[in-house]
Amino acid sequence: MITIVDYGLGNLGSIVNMLRKLGIKCCLTGDPDKVAAAEKLILPGVGAFDNGMENLQRLGLIEILNARVLHDKVPVLGICLGAQLMTRRSEEGQLPGLGWVAADTIRFCSRQAMPDLKVPHMGWTDLSVPGETPLLEKNDEQRFYFVHSYHFLCDRAQDVIAVAHYGYGFTAAFCRGNIFGVQFHPEKSHRFGMALFKRFAALSVPAVELPSAA
Amino acid sequence: MRYRVIPVLLLRGAGLVKTERFKDAKYVGDPVNAVRIFNDKEVDELVFLDIEATVNDRSPDLEMLRNIAGECFMPLCYGGGVRDLPTIEAILKTGVEKVAVNSALVENPEMIREAARIHGSSTIVASIDFKRCLFGNAEAVVRSGRKKTKMDPVELARRAEDLGVGEILLNSIDRDGTMQGYDLEITQRVADAVKVPVIACGGAGSLAHFHDAIHKGHSSAVAAGAFFVFVGKHRAVLITYPAQEDLKRFVFRS
Repeated sequence: MITIVDYGLGNLGSIVNMLRKLGIKCCLTGDPDKVAAAEKLILPGVGAFDNGMENLQRLGLIEILNARVLHDKVPVLGICLGAQLMTRRSEEGQLPGLGWVAADTIRFCSRQAMPDLKVPHMGWTDLSVPGETPLLEKNDEQRFYFVHSYHFLCDRAQDVIAVAHYGYGFTAAFCRGNIFGVQFHPEKSHRFGMALFKRFAALSVPAVELPSAA
Repeated sequence: MRYRVIPVLLLRGAGLVKTERFKDAKYVGDPVNAVRIFNDKEVDELVFLDIEATVNDRSPDLEMLRNIAGECFMPLCYGGGVRDLPTIEAILKTGVEKVAVNSALVENPEMIREAARIHGSSTIVASIDFKRCLFGNAEAVVRSGRKKTKMDPVELARRAEDLGVGEILLNSIDRDGTMQGYDLEITQRVADAVKVPVIACGGAGSLAHFHDAIHKGHSSAVAAGAFFVFVGKHRAVLITYPAQEDLKRFVFRS
């Protein structure tokens, strides 16, 4: 069962639709108790960085997510803003991020001027997958739909599991242990997204005691 | 570099139609069935426009949108009868991720500014229809082409960008359904005037037309209607979409 964290931002229906099509069990919740019992998590989201962090804070989800992800090592997949929230900070906002990966979120062209580049980057882009990763098959075509004005900047090259090119090469996906983040929208990317969700659903769940209902 | 190639499907009642110069709507099929076919063809994105909602003062058919969105594993945009913020919210709840606005651009611009602020720029698409006038100038029109705005499409596009829309769907009424090629001059003028992506629409009949819209008209993406639903000179209804290899060879390459 995959728990999709509903913190009030973004279009979650399309993720549920695709998982349902694949026969992958999922539930949609913003309830901290249910998130605390999740065996696998998706952190979705579309919108502004500070809004995202404020909503997680307001719903009392930050500590529970930290415990479940950092301590219990539950596999988690961040999508778009959800993945950006996993970084330390974003040039879009003032609030600190969750800081699960050694990365920042920066605006397109914030480190190199490209006056002709239209931002947001909106459309389909092929990924290159530099190494082995459980999330993406290295030798398959990987074509995904992107809508974003900001992207990840990882400290460690080994955390980068996919690179895309728009004006210049940028990190399209990262992985640090059980933590995965993708900038693109697998839920809107046909069979390419379906393959990614299937691989995420097939990841083994760590053998940790689930907290009892009491 | 890839460019989006987007079918624009017109809703009238519960069916899909295709027009020529915004007239002579011909029935081309069932919307949910069309979505399934476009899924199989791995289409980049779909736009649905209800061409009668605004002129008949009707709200979007949310039940139909739910059925469409539930089958659509690609980005999906809906336009038609989008008058206020609650309507936009209701549309997004069905699983559609982009909402196109046309008449509201001139009739209720502050609503659009607010919608872009709340839901994010990339959620709101300005759909701008234009017509050539007697002496070759172009004028933006609203209400399914029935109401003049006295504005050049460039001016309306700049206003829309200022209101915070994330992209512009630019549609030539004179070329609609003709399959004779895009209005490249106006496409280029609008694309060069704004920073947000412009999607060229109206007139596509071949891959060469797509190529021209991007490389001569400077559009960021291309859209078409008749090209994806008709084949042959008798315009038999058949849903098609170009193969990726052909797009790479004839459209993406400069």
